Amino acid sequence: MAAPTMENPTSTSTPSQTLTIAKALNTAMRSAMERDPKVLVMGEDVGKLGGVFRVTDGLQKDFGEQRVLDTPLAESGIIGTAIGLAIRGFRPVCEIQFDGFIFPGFDQIVSQLAKMHFRSQGKVKVPVVIRVPFGGGIGAVEHHSESPESLFAHVGGLKVVSCSNPADAYWMLQQAIECDDPVLFFEPKRRYWEKAELDPTIEPAPLFTSKVQRTGSAVTLATYGPMVRTCLDAAKAAEEEGRDLEIVDLRSLSPLDLDPVFDSVRRTGRLVVVSESPPESSVTSEVATRVQQECFYSLEAPVLRVNGFDTPYPPSKLEDGFLPDLDRVLEAVDRSLAY
Amino acid sequence: MSPEHWTRPSRPDEQTRNGTASGPAATSAVPTREQVIAGLRATSEGGADLVQLLTPEGQRVSHPDFDIEVTDEQLRGMYRDMVLVRRADREGNALQRQGQLGIWVPLLGQEAAQIGAGRAMRPQDMAFPSYREHGVAWCRGVDPTELLGIFRGTDHGSWDPNTTGMGLYTIVIGNQCLNAAGYAMGQRFEGRVGNTGGDSADNEATMTFFGDGATSQGDVHEGMVWAAVYDAPVVFFCQNNQWAISEPTERQTRVPLYERARGYGFPGIRVDGNDVLASLAVTRWALDECRHGNGPVLIEAFTYRMDAHTTSDDASRYRLDDDLEAWKLKDPIERLRVHLVREQIADQEFLDSVDAEADELAQRFRDFCVNMPEPPPERMFSEVYAEESPVVAAQRQDYLQYLDGFADSAAGGVH
Repeated sequence: MAAPTMENPTSTSTPSQTLTIAKALNTAMRSAMERDPKVLVMGEDVGKLGGVFRVTDGLQKDFGEQRVLDTPLAESGIIGTAIGLAIRGFRPVCEIQFDGFIFPGFDQIVSQLAKMHFRSQGKVKVPVVIRVPFGGGIGAVEHHSESPESLFAHVGGLKVVSCSNPADAYWMLQQAIECDDPVLFFEPKRRYWEKAELDPTIEPAPLFTSKVQRTGSAVTLATYGPMVRTCLDAAKAAEEEGRDLEIVDLRSLSPLDLDPVFDSVRRTGRLVVVSESPPESSVTSEVATRVQQECFYSLEAPVLRVNGFDTPYPPSKLEDGFLPDLDRVLEAVDRSLAY
Repeated sequence: MSPEHWTRPSRPDEQTRNGTASGPAATSAVPTREQVIAGLRATSEGGADLVQLLTPEGQRVSHPDFDIEVTDEQLRGMYRDMVLVRRADREGNALQRQGQLGIWVPLLGQEAAQIGAGRAMRPQDMAFPSYREHGVAWCRGVDPTELLGIFRGTDHGSWDPNTTGMGLYTIVIGNQCLNAAGYAMGQRFEGRVGNTGGDSADNEATMTFFGDGATSQGDVHEGMVWAAVYDAPVVFFCQNNQWAISEPTERQTRVPLYERARGYGFPGIRVDGNDVLASLAVTRWALDECRHGNGPVLIEAFTYRMDAHTTSDDASRYRLDDDLEAWKLKDPIERLRVHLVREQIADQEFLDSVDAEADELAQRFRDFCVNMPEPPPERMFSEVYAEESPVVAAQRQDYLQYLDGFADSAAGGVH
């Protein structure tokens, strides 16, 4: 049997199966590990348990303890040793158990992972993927519902992506593993169990590109991760009121691929940027800035944003207020159209 | 309570030396500051735990566990190494004083620790240094001129870690210990550890270098945890030069640093860091242990930072000259020189030839430094990523275009 490739996926991904985001991620790692013996999975509880979200379920059983590592419980250690393994020629895929636990590893990510390639002027590559289940809406305790992606998008030397559906989860994770740069891979944890059809014979888009998920003419929504589903629901509701919303799934948060957003805004004249993260100095600020620079004469209304708030993430009984929902998105659409 | 006693606190169920049960912890068990300092320095006063093969007076002594056979040629070679790296180091200091370097990080006093450790490594081994490892770099074949870019501000390190087996300098304290642990895990995963027979010559090990201050960092702790859990072939080489800028070792620890290894489950050895022979012997043993699959190992090289932390530092604000004078008597180069002469391993002609070579190196080092080209502005944007970011590419284009706008101005460029 010929070695499996991304163009010819393995039998584990038969054409047109319906699967969850969690399973798509699992399948993606399995494919990558089958293809390349240098791919390792490492993190807390990723082995026997299969991860607290079961995203790595069964991998250790099939690939052994030397390729799926239940690591000691320290995030700096996970990232720091992954960097050493990457320098050695491995391609580690690290799991950070929850968004709010990434900060002990922040130093290694920012001081070493992001700078190694530049410091060495390309002599040292560190192809490390850091998977981060992120975002709220699961009724969790503190530190389990955060959206820290903007902190990483701000750092030169890192690439940051987020998937929103099973097909992207499947392709984007494999592409991230094949990428020679460090990639922060943000997974919408409250959408892990949403199902959709995956046809692995369809050629995937390049990793660092955004994608129009829904075409429309009234207002453009730019969003990513868990908020793509929210925006799609909002577009459906708006459609019943005769408003046709266009949705761009940003997918890549660093580098941003904003050409599809610019094209869309030049047609609609209106943009609402949606994200769970606090708004100040965030990815949504960057999108708003660049759209007003590039599309100044096309804008019919100021760029509006729907975000969480510039507060620590609240206790879960309050999170429905913190998280943008269909109503808050539609309210912003109304304000945009009212200009 | 003597320092010897309290640095090895007994368990509650153990009997103390005088036969009384130690009992549960009481406030009286907390050592005084004086006791801590005495404990940390016990071995520097000739304590039993310090591995030494060459006394400060240049006397060759034996050690039951770490003796070593070295040829006269190797001894002369290590003398030459130490003289040359010290000369380059002093030239670095001078170049900073003359405005040719933004900063220099002196190595002075730590030559024996670094040359001993560096000469114990094999070509296939990998070093993960901090930023004072000019002697280790020398042993890895990194020319001293290649260090200059970091301190002149033209690059962040120009040598190739892949071909030299010498990682780039790491400035954030302790980060490299984790990177080294990971690299060593990779050596084991690839089956390059513990081979016997014909393959044993290819066995590999990793060594990471850090200071006494770094031992307080979480990354050093985590590095030791990871290395132990994964049986990684890594030597943690701690140069205890007794000062973390202005903070003495007692600000970092209660116990001698090498004793911490026991808590992680691997051997810790304290070596006289001003004794190149002992540093070589202990490090060679430690690397061999790692290559055989018995890693990791912690080495505490007990030495002294004879100069300031960097050229920006003023050590007179926090330590006494007396200390420095005492350590001058333990100078790593002088003791080997005395040994070489006394044992007739080197004659005056050899010593003179090394000095002449040092003069040539200093001249070459200086010439290289003052003639280093400024990096072009586009360097800022190069190799940020392996696969270029369109965002960075656009910023480069905009910036170069902006610079071009000055091309016709009277000043002839941006200043």
